Amino acid sequence: MSHSVELAGIGMTFGTTRAVSDVSFRVEAGEFFSILGPSGCGKTTILRMIAGFIDPTEGRVLIGDRDMKGLGPNQRPTAMIFQSLALFPLMSVRDNIAFGLEARGVGRAERRAKADDLLRLIALEGYGDRMPGELSGGQRQRVAIARALAVEPGVLLLDEPLSALDLKLRQRMRAELRALQKRTGVTFIYITHDQSEALAMSDRVAVMSSGFLQQVACPRELYDNPATPFVARFVGETNALAGRITALEGGLAQIQTALGPLTGRAGQGAGVGQAGTIYIRPEALIPGHGTNALGADIERVDFEGAFALVHGRFADGAALAASVPSTRLADAPLPGQRAAFGFAPEHAVVLGDG
Amino acid sequence: MRADRIFNAMFWLYLFVFMTYLFAPLIIMGAAAFNESRFPTVIPWQGMTTDWFRAMWADAAMWRSLGTSILVAVCVVVIVVPVGTAAALVLTSLHARARSFAYALMVSPLLTPGVVIGISTLILWRQLGVGGGIFLIVLAQSTFIICYVMLMVMARLQRFDRTQEEAALGLGASPVMVFRRVLLPFLRPALLASSGLAVLQSVENYNTTLFVRGFETPLTVFIATKVRTGLTPAVNALALVIIVATVIGAIAYEVARRRAG
Amino acid sequence: MGDLKNRFGTGLSTIFLALVFFWLAGMVLAPNLMMIDYALRPNLPPAALGGPDDTYSLANILYLANEPTHRAIFFKTIWASGLVALVTFLVCYPIAFWLAQRATTGQLAIAMMLIIIPFFINEVLRTLAWFIILAYRGPLNAVLTNTGLIDAPIRWQGDGGVLAAMVYAYILFMLLPIYNAIESLEKAQIEAARDLGASRWRIHTRVVIPHAKAGIATGFVFTFMLAAGSYIAPALLGSPGSRWFTEIIYNWFFEGGDWNRGAAYALVLLVLCLAVVLITLRLFRVNLTDVAK
Repeated sequence: MSHSVELAGIGMTFGTTRAVSDVSFRVEAGEFFSILGPSGCGKTTILRMIAGFIDPTEGRVLIGDRDMKGLGPNQRPTAMIFQSLALFPLMSVRDNIAFGLEARGVGRAERRAKADDLLRLIALEGYGDRMPGELSGGQRQRVAIARALAVEPGVLLLDEPLSALDLKLRQRMRAELRALQKRTGVTFIYITHDQSEALAMSDRVAVMSSGFLQQVACPRELYDNPATPFVARFVGETNALAGRITALEGGLAQIQTALGPLTGRAGQGAGVGQAGTIYIRPEALIPGHGTNALGADIERVDFEGAFALVHGRFADGAALAASVPSTRLADAPLPGQRAAFGFAPEHAVVLGDG
Repeated sequence: MRADRIFNAMFWLYLFVFMTYLFAPLIIMGAAAFNESRFPTVIPWQGMTTDWFRAMWADAAMWRSLGTSILVAVCVVVIVVPVGTAAALVLTSLHARARSFAYALMVSPLLTPGVVIGISTLILWRQLGVGGGIFLIVLAQSTFIICYVMLMVMARLQRFDRTQEEAALGLGASPVMVFRRVLLPFLRPALLASSGLAVLQSVENYNTTLFVRGFETPLTVFIATKVRTGLTPAVNALALVIIVATVIGAIAYEVARRRAG
Repeated sequence: MGDLKNRFGTGLSTIFLALVFFWLAGMVLAPNLMMIDYALRPNLPPAALGGPDDTYSLANILYLANEPTHRAIFFKTIWASGLVALVTFLVCYPIAFWLAQRATTGQLAIAMMLIIIPFFINEVLRTLAWFIILAYRGPLNAVLTNTGLIDAPIRWQGDGGVLAAMVYAYILFMLLPIYNAIESLEKAQIEAARDLGASRWRIHTRVVIPHAKAGIATGFVFTFMLAAGSYIAPALLGSPGSRWFTEIIYNWFFEGGDWNRGAAYALVLLVLCLAVVLITLRLFRVNLTDVAK
């Protein structure tokens, strides 16, 4: 049975440090929900408040629409997967997986049967008698997941569980986690600082910065329509050019920058006369494109296979990053050249500063 | 370079003298157990005998004092291991200020002369109508042996990953189950090693025991009394047996400690 | 405390706190407070307890100050314990330095094992061993007279014998802290000093010893304390002229029958040891946490 999770105005203060300020959002039952942010943004604190390891100093945590106040981690319908995994090193893999069942007083035979089922689910059949120390990183990862799933939690909380793995394994585990979530239908709340991980796996993502919630949206929305300058810069690569907003019309905004007037979609907080910034994704910048023309000095071109990354500086000194698909490589400028780029207004967003 | 060579030679000579200083007393004491002389010595050598071992074996008083020592040691272990473990756990959950105060109080018995521990225990319990004997020996010895257990458990705890406790709680375990299934198994090697150390400390203690022994005669008191009232090589025979036993015990302890890491 | 309860639940944390309380209050604090109480009261027959004479005073401690023999033995115990610590340091330092900086891994393992083994053996037995060696007709006199180093056997029992046995007994308490301290000194520092032309003596006085001072202080504290509180070595190896302060305390309890005076003497010994510990630690800026290892 999967549960919804609702945070209602929760805040957390440690001594004099404000770790989380007035965060509210609702995670639907069965959703794969990520909380994304740089380290120290308060995302782990939120996860630990949901799990019940710490009590919020204000606000409420509701799981399955039930207030969790006063309930310890062992009384909540959640299970957590830790960054360090925290497998019990002195118990066999099977005992690790069955630990939660043992805590619930399930008999030995039933525990064993259930653990073996889960071992099959994570494709580690026959590994039950090994010790965690004898497994590879990816295998340990899967045991940690099985251990958490064994208690049939309504909500699974994952604290950057993939960060210790190497890139290849990480990418494979992403797909496995996603598939597992779909198959079990359990609500996943996933903490990460890796934006591509969040975008690739999640139904929806919450972006946090310095204890404040910045935006909750589906990955596509987050990327295309960042609500705040922080989200625009943190999620994906972007080119940022500052200026003053001069006109708003038909969902578009015109902004006067040091490189001349540019047009993009009008985002949140964009008002005429305000200081603002236009954010252009690297893939939106097209060499030689006529609209919103920008001149830049090219410093470096990194060929990355599917595309080439062009690095340089705009005339006002701001950094330029543009990605050119390999199929259009002939259009890409060369290092040392001065080149012109342009972009379609619907591929850029103008946000008010501050 | 020549000066270096002379210096090195002098050092190796010193190391040899040092090792002789360490081992000659033990070897001489052990060897004297086999000498036929009535007073334990190696000079003059009056012939090889194992009679003193037989004499020692036949000494009922020796067996009684050995029994006393073992009984005391077992009781000490039963007290010090739980209390020392509890002290380490309480200490690690305290906050900085309270922690350093509690720490100072908890290691103070190590910095208190053994005789003072014996005396203060004796005085307190006389007020309560309890005189010297097994009970007070156990109590007085435990007072400072707990410190050793606490320090060993703390050393082990430093390498404990607390998220394991959280993981267990998060899986629905009660605090008691977390303690029993997660923390205790982790501490096990340290608990075994400190039990061994506690036995050793208890059996070899003299200074503290002397004051609280009442009419009991643990092994160390037995030996010290023999030295003053009628030393025969039977005592050396006993000493040799104890030495062999302790060295074997020490090696076992060292192995356990290494495993505790 | 809240942390403890969160971690182990109410039941277990209550048990833990009760055990620790039982230890600290019942076994550490209460006995010492009762000893202080005893030390400050006169020795009275049971009938007079609680009577008009049963008042607090420093009489028992002043008795020690005014009784010339006891006072002399007290001061002698202090300086003799200091001497034990100093001699132990001199004996141990070259070995500790060699172990920490010069010995190969194999040499270190073997030497450490050899050094530690004797210390697993009972202090009473180690003292007994010296008792045998130092006997008037014992092996040491026999070796020395036979080799012609001395003409007639020497009576070793007394100050010399006590010193030899105490140094022997406390080597490890000096050696290990110094070894640990010197071990953390980078070899490059010694090489740099040598490269700059420092003599061997200067390398030790200016580089090694300053670096190891915390370890040396720890060694001194422990050796001094153990020596001052020792009973068995002076009892077995001493002579009537080399009595130790602990022997006088023992006599008050089991021969003189004046527990109050004995408690006062024990209190003085305790205060002396704690003072030496605290002053040395303060002087060398060593933390208590580093001492108890």
